[in-house]
Amino acid sequence: MANPPSFPPVPAAPSAETLSIKVDGRSIAVPKMMPDWQGRLQPTTMLQACQAAGVEVPHYCYHSKLPVAGNCRMCLVEFGTPMMGPDRKPVVEADGTPKIARSVLPYEPGTPRGAIACATPISPGMEIYPSSPATKQMREAVLESLLINHPLDCPICDQAGECKLQEYSVEHGQSSSQFVEPKVHKPKAVDLGPRIMLDDERCILCTRCIRFTKDLVGDDKLGIVNRGSYNTIAAFPGTRFDNNYTLNTVDLCPVGALTSKDFRFQMRVWFLKETSSVCTSCATGCNITLWSREGRIHRYTPRDNDAVNASWMCDQGRLNYRWIGREDRLREVVSQRPGGRTWNGALKAVATSLAAAKPGSVALVASARQTTEELFLLSQLAARLNAVTDSVPRQGEADGLLVNADRNPNMTGARITGIAGETPGARLKEIASGIANGTIRTLIVFGEDVTRVGIGAELLGKLETLVVSDILPNATTKMAHVLLPGCAHAEKRGTFINAKGRVQRFLKAVEPPGNARPEAEFLEELLALHAGAEAGHIRAFSMESLFNRMARELPGLSGIEWAKLGDGGAPAAV
Amino acid sequence: MIVERKELSLAERLYLPAVVNGFSVTWRHFKRTVFEGRNAAKETSDGYYPEVPWKVERGYRGAPYLVRDQEGSTKCVSCQLCEFVCPPKAIRITPPGPDGPPADRDNAEKMPKEFEINMLRCIFCGLCQEVCPEEAIFLQKDYSLTGLSRAEMIYNKEKLLSLGGTHAGTQKWRHKLDEARAQEAFPIENRPAAH
Repeated sequence: MANPPSFPPVPAAPSAETLSIKVDGRSIAVPKMMPDWQGRLQPTTMLQACQAAGVEVPHYCYHSKLPVAGNCRMCLVEFGTPMMGPDRKPVVEADGTPKIARSVLPYEPGTPRGAIACATPISPGMEIYPSSPATKQMREAVLESLLINHPLDCPICDQAGECKLQEYSVEHGQSSSQFVEPKVHKPKAVDLGPRIMLDDERCILCTRCIRFTKDLVGDDKLGIVNRGSYNTIAAFPGTRFDNNYTLNTVDLCPVGALTSKDFRFQMRVWFLKETSSVCTSCATGCNITLWSREGRIHRYTPRDNDAVNASWMCDQGRLNYRWIGREDRLREVVSQRPGGRTWNGALKAVATSLAAAKPGSVALVASARQTTEELFLLSQLAARLNAVTDSVPRQGEADGLLVNADRNPNMTGARITGIAGETPGARLKEIASGIANGTIRTLIVFGEDVTRVGIGAELLGKLETLVVSDILPNATTKMAHVLLPGCAHAEKRGTFINAKGRVQRFLKAVEPPGNARPEAEFLEELLALHAGAEAGHIRAFSMESLFNRMARELPGLSGIEWAKLGDGGAPAAV
Repeated sequence: MIVERKELSLAERLYLPAVVNGFSVTWRHFKRTVFEGRNAAKETSDGYYPEVPWKVERGYRGAPYLVRDQEGSTKCVSCQLCEFVCPPKAIRITPPGPDGPPADRDNAEKMPKEFEINMLRCIFCGLCQEVCPEEAIFLQKDYSLTGLSRAEMIYNKEKLLSLGGTHAGTQKWRHKLDEARAQEAFPIENRPAAH
């Protein structure tokens, strides 16, 4: 197991020293050394040089975050190096430029000979020809070879639409095959593990999945069995491919050999809308892409961010999305106070009862699953009411890779807004005893079921006012005097601050169900109503201005702006 | 661009000459039918629609229906290309998902759970037929689609299959399965001819 000490490894900065080479006749200076899959500096390869020159070199087995295998041959390119005379001095042309010796087959000097760009380091004065006729011919031949036994069952293949074999065949392949023999047939729909389905016929044997699970996860489960054209990916006999990172192999698989059982036959990828988001299952805050169609979320996939999760995420986080579309989501405002079951009426009723509450008689429990902006607004409300606040900790086990022990996505946010203290959950007992002895008469709960953390139903029954906002029904929402339906992260915008203190924003992918509204929106209204504003005269909500105001007021967030967060987030000094 | 509006003459403004002109055409036809015994139905040999249905020519683009193969299996594999290409978004396919019903044919594991075409939206362009990699949907000869409600005009999978009939073609999934089975036999003989 070649597990690097920190996961994911942080790529080193490319070396300052550069080499001058030519890509398709264009001169370019590229760093002499560039980070490899473990982030360590290694001599720059032709593929990296071409990428630096903005020229795409097709490849299957190469992945910037995996060890180089060099087995698919797709990245073959023709190249040349400065010619050396018998005196070991560069031969120059009549105009003084160095003469280039194109690589040719040693036994057939008229035929150009390529090299795999992913594993060939560049040398000074090298010329790479990714668009030359010889390179094109090599690509055509490699694709023809890969397609010899490929079943071409694109209509029933889940990968269709994001399949590199499809893409490269269209771009670099030829339309017909010279192969007339029957195709070799291999097992289809093989149950490789609890979340993975394997189709051996589609596999092009790039070994990305094998390298990922062996070298990155450290669970050496996969290998190639059988010989020649019967080569087959398989789990070791008697074992199943089952660790918390198996679904990354589905993303890695350039073809449709490894498919996710969860996403199997769900939806064709070309219908799905991609939204940049952040995983909510633990404090790591893996960057994800959320794939949705017509208000329904179909899958999560990891999004590249070297500062957080590289290109990976855990299976548990990836499959934790079905609750967003649950049928029993809270949709309507429920209010037992005068003003009716409308947002305006309910918020006014809450503002009135909060204004009437004695300072110190209010407590607030907010969730560390809420956005920093919501926690910030709640902390402002709590400060006005002089309320006791706390959050609910969720602890699990860290796995040394991506899963953090803190299962709340935003405990850092709860801490810096002052909602939670140094030990989250420590003040819950104080709140419970306060309700029991009657000093706390009003409780505001956001996104938590407090009956599970020591504030039981009989205590909630003693309250004068119980204001609850949540996404799914639970024992606390049933007891609420005013219930305000909120939004899942996929239905609103906001930021989480992960365990390392990185502020990361997520965007809205789908519409909230029924009358549910983003919490930050109605909290700002509630604050305005509480301050005595008229219902019709409240400023329109703006996420940007709320975030920027928060960043100015909270220590550690200074200098961060919503517009500058981008897709990768920004480190905060917390 | 500004179009100059022509000033109407007095006769045109009165409308009466136009009305008289129109009546004269009506009168001419009335006279022919009543006094001369000439009418359009008599002038054509077969009669007129709707008593005599219109003869549908080859290549006519009527309503799109799903077809079965010669063994009675659903040909559609739920690839959703027709749903994607459909300009008026008349087609809606529900894929089977991981736990959906298994396909009624061997080797191609996928079959639509539901397949709906909204015939009120369909513009009979034929792109679904053109894009289908399975030869599973064809524009057929039905041109007179009627219903008493909008819901009735959304044809589901069952209805589309029963209206579509059979289209015998190369059964590629069947062929692949035969080929795979032949390779499992030993010694390898009688291999199916290559395609």
